[in-house]
Amino acid sequence: MSENKSRLQTLFEQGEFVVTGEIGPPKSANGEGIRKHAEHLKGYCDATNLTDNQTAIVRLSSIAAGMHVLKAGGEPIIQMTCRDRNRIAIQSDLLGAYSLGMKNMLCLTGDHQSFGNHPTAANVFDVDSIQLIRMVKRMKDEKVFACGEAIKKDEPRFFIGAVANPFADPFEVRVYRMEKKINAGAQFFQTQIIFDLERFERWMELVRERGLHERAYIMAGVMPVKSAKVAAYMQKNVSGMIVPDEMVTRLKNAEDQQAEAVEICVEQIKHIRKIKGVSGVHIMAVGWEEIVPSIAEKAGLLPRPQAAGIARVAG
Amino acid sequence: MIIAERKPIEEILGLLSRHQKVLVLGCGGCVTVCLAGGEKEVGILSSQLAMARSKEERPLEVVQQTVERQCDFEYLEGIRHIVKDVDAILSLACGIGIQTCAEAFPDKIVWPGVNTKFLGVNLNVGEWAERCQACGQCVLDKTGGICPVARCSKSIFNGPCGGSQDGKCEVSPDTDCAWALIHDRLTRLGEVDSLREIMPVKDWSYSRDGGPRKLVREDLELESGK
Repeated sequence: MSENKSRLQTLFEQGEFVVTGEIGPPKSANGEGIRKHAEHLKGYCDATNLTDNQTAIVRLSSIAAGMHVLKAGGEPIIQMTCRDRNRIAIQSDLLGAYSLGMKNMLCLTGDHQSFGNHPTAANVFDVDSIQLIRMVKRMKDEKVFACGEAIKKDEPRFFIGAVANPFADPFEVRVYRMEKKINAGAQFFQTQIIFDLERFERWMELVRERGLHERAYIMAGVMPVKSAKVAAYMQKNVSGMIVPDEMVTRLKNAEDQQAEAVEICVEQIKHIRKIKGVSGVHIMAVGWEEIVPSIAEKAGLLPRPQAAGIARVAG
Repeated sequence: MIIAERKPIEEILGLLSRHQKVLVLGCGGCVTVCLAGGEKEVGILSSQLAMARSKEERPLEVVQQTVERQCDFEYLEGIRHIVKDVDAILSLACGIGIQTCAEAFPDKIVWPGVNTKFLGVNLNVGEWAERCQACGQCVLDKTGGICPVARCSKSIFNGPCGGSQDGKCEVSPDTDCAWALIHDRLTRLGEVDSLREIMPVKDWSYSRDGGPRKLVREDLELESGK
């Protein structure tokens, strides 16, 4: 199959500072909201993540959601976790998603089901995120299924993404695990939401020491935190995340907390953009998608660049 | 060892409600060590059951017995004469013992008196933790003697995942992150670099996923002349 690169990959290769957004599919069988969000993000983000039953709560499937984004003229990044599918279902979904025109795949382990609305469910974890990345890469490069059987024609050729969490422990492990993901086939990374910029910079130093920023595109995850209440909640209840006290205080003392939230996020993006080795920013608005255009504008990320040889619309 | 925990007394009373005479059968193996179904627990439970039933004015005759190992047909042969005279057996052995009992006494109802929890170790008085999932293909050689299948909440092979915080698992602050333990131990042993290698996809067919498992050793069969 001829190389049929995604907009996301093309923009990275053009050397652009890439912007991605994220849509959490609804807990209903209606794609209207996804299409609306995709419309909102169009022209402000280069591609959009569709989460895969995030925090183990049943939602409209990420691949179906990706279809709604495609229909709305956007570019989907399909999230695929290892929690709910074995290698048979995963590969089947990879074939399906690619056949529908989805070209970006983000591979994750997935939150444990005990966090979600079906805590009594069995989990799968037949493969882990690194093994999943390798599976997607082998399908593309070696044209084989996980079992080694040849894919005789039309293999899926995803641009392979992975996540990195600079805020999980043990700290020194985070970089070698990222390197393992690159060795497995990851081409781009989106990090966990960054609030603690100092720790992120230390992590990026280690990343550069190992030359990993030259082997994969790294996108820094940011989130506009709507209120001091939300910030305090995240500080206590979201695993693998560090929310500094100063941020909670700053939001609490603000006259207009939402405006302050945007301001903080914009400052972070401007700061992150200067860090060597960061190729883009992933804005996770989590239910506040309509704010993304104003963040993109204030952070000086507009207009979004065009990808050579690819139709203009994005999202 | 196999760790089990006795079922709540109300549940057991429910199971036995239609019987007049039961055998409470303990096991001298793992459940004795983990204090769930040995001779002592048989005694305590038997009195509790008899008292509860006499309060209800529906007396229950309880026969007490504990065999060396309930997972061994040989030891069950010795109690055949007792089993004959009871309505049902309440087994306090692990799931293996309960099933062996049911197989040995096909005409007798066998009730489970414990919940079999896991294969684990005794950490402190009254505290046990899982250590093995009998996946059929041991990987402890690669993980510093700490099992990611049994001890990582996601059984991942290239951890730790992004949910590891301060050495604890995202699922519970009471659970150690197995991969943090693996990392620390291999660091202490000077072998942490081995974790840079990608561990391949596991062959789960050796585990339960291959269907119910059976082990046949021809060398032993030949020896016994079968």
